[in-house]
Amino acid sequence: MGRRVLITGLGSFWGGRMAQALELDPDVDVIIGLDAREPTVALERTEYVRSDPSYSILSRIVRATKVDTIVHTFLVVDSTQMPARQVHEINVIGTMNLFAAAGQPGAEVKTVLVKSSTLVYGCTHRDPVWFAEDTPRSRPPRHRVERSLVEVESYVRDYAVDNPHVDVCMLRFSNVLGPDIVTPIAKALQLPVAPAVFGFDPRLQFVHEDDVIRALLYVLESGLTGIFNVAGDGLLPWSEIATICGKRRAYLPPVGTGLVTGGLSRLGIDLPPELVELLTYGRGVDNRRLVRAGFTYDYTTAGTVESFAQSQRLRSTVGDPEAYRYEQDVEQFFRHSPAVIRE
Amino acid sequence: MAREVNSQQTPKGNPKGKVRSKLRAVARPDPEPGDDHEPLSDPLRRGDVDEWGRSESLRQLLRTVYDPIYQHWFRAEWEGLEHIPKAGGALLVANHAGAIPSDAPTIMHGIETELGRPLYGLADEMFKKLPVVNVYWQRLGGVQAHPDNAYRLLREQGQLVLTFPEGSKGPGKLYQERYKLRRFGRGGFVQIAMRAGVPIVPIAVVGAEESMPIVYRSNLLAKLTGMPYFPITANMLLLGPLGAVTYFPAKFKLRVLPPVTFDEPPDQPRYSRSRIMDTSEAIRQQIQDALHDMLRQRTSVWTG
Repeated sequence: MGRRVLITGLGSFWGGRMAQALELDPDVDVIIGLDAREPTVALERTEYVRSDPSYSILSRIVRATKVDTIVHTFLVVDSTQMPARQVHEINVIGTMNLFAAAGQPGAEVKTVLVKSSTLVYGCTHRDPVWFAEDTPRSRPPRHRVERSLVEVESYVRDYAVDNPHVDVCMLRFSNVLGPDIVTPIAKALQLPVAPAVFGFDPRLQFVHEDDVIRALLYVLESGLTGIFNVAGDGLLPWSEIATICGKRRAYLPPVGTGLVTGGLSRLGIDLPPELVELLTYGRGVDNRRLVRAGFTYDYTTAGTVESFAQSQRLRSTVGDPEAYRYEQDVEQFFRHSPAVIRE
Repeated sequence: MAREVNSQQTPKGNPKGKVRSKLRAVARPDPEPGDDHEPLSDPLRRGDVDEWGRSESLRQLLRTVYDPIYQHWFRAEWEGLEHIPKAGGALLVANHAGAIPSDAPTIMHGIETELGRPLYGLADEMFKKLPVVNVYWQRLGGVQAHPDNAYRLLREQGQLVLTFPEGSKGPGKLYQERYKLRRFGRGGFVQIAMRAGVPIVPIAVVGAEESMPIVYRSNLLAKLTGMPYFPITANMLLLGPLGAVTYFPAKFKLRVLPPVTFDEPPDQPRYSRSRIMDTSEAIRQQIQDALHDMLRQRTSVWTG
């Protein structure tokens, strides 16, 4: 019997991408996608279930469908997407409900995969150049998103300890760039000038969106457990990143940066505090544990930025690609109507 | 002393003039597993800033600018250079002095020109907070003094690393306290050398104290600026604002002492605290004795 997979956050970029990738795998029998929002990508056989953002119906679904694999892609790492309270609701309460469901008696969950972020390492002037998976933070988290992710990771650890028969794997992804994903950094690099903090030229690390999906699939296939950093090779100074993207830098003052970014956000330019910290001190993570476990990256950090820059050049010429629209009735018809001939 | 002029001192060559753009496939064709970070071998790179933030072109420029100062202003003179390993990692520790310490650039430039081995200088986290300074400091080989950074440089990359165990207490002392070594922190440098399995090479430096002596420390200004100390130097009193950036031409003498090696196996989760503190104190005493010896022989601050 094949795998029965539950994906959280089907409507998010990662949930949709992950479902698409899993649909191609003949060993995966069932894919159930959960989200409060509708899917944003075309899906062949994934079953979409609408839930509330904090997943209170999860335990019923886990019992009813007997899923054996849970892919938790729905952790919010971009604080500009929604108000802080909602971030907490989705990340912390959602994860709590997820693990309550996955740990209930009668659940047949054997694999749990969590997509976390290198935001959990924080970003201060005291940090080492590279964070390994077991390097502690230099300072306790100050921002809501970081705090919620740190809390989420503690739930993951508790669950792994309480359920030794379940393979729990957590991937911490570095800043993601690519042709399709929208992140605060991508948006910053789409501005006419690239924002920078005066007097600082931090080194950043990126991972390509395709490598993110490949890493998630690799972990599912190989049954890895534990925590792994996922980031492309190499650290690039922000000045060079701006050069690759063909942008000049515009400087924010190094003191009172918060006042300026606060003003900018009123103008619709969102530079969240996590991003400003990153543009001041940068962050590098040691990606060798996953490489030693057999994973190979398609893109280096420079390759990721170059790929992003190329897609931006294409976009500036031909505009945005047409977005997919989810139509409940149409999808229902194609999936379930006896009139549709299926092989 | 035999001087070797080495224009290409670093192992990592700058891929300037290599293929830069016109890329069809961005994806790396054939990634090697276990590939140790070699960012400059990435053909997609456009700059030469490595992962430690070091830039070879800027270093080259500064070597050219600084060499006359090293040769003719400080007239640095070395002894015992044979104690510095020709290959592999080693942790160099020295005494630290002068309001804006002149010993760090002298040691880093000196060893690079005399031996052809570049040095990474560990410095306080405070540097990373200062706008502009942090960028250039890192471009020239400065690294945040974090145990993980030191371990990676020493054990994994086999580099020479310079550190000043006195920290900011060394350069912050007054002129009348010159050549009296401060406490060597909590012995973290010994622990990291043990963990990395590399020798410690002590260096005694004479001259830095007199190049920018502190006559007064302002606690109020230190507090206001958030600096570990705020010095009023003799240079400032004599030269005015220019004195903030001008050193006196004190003669620099540097003595490299025999390396200290350890029997402890590397990569242990922890090492005996008493062994660490004893070694730390022994190294401090060695440098202090060497300083006394060198000062006994010194007849003039300016000519040595």
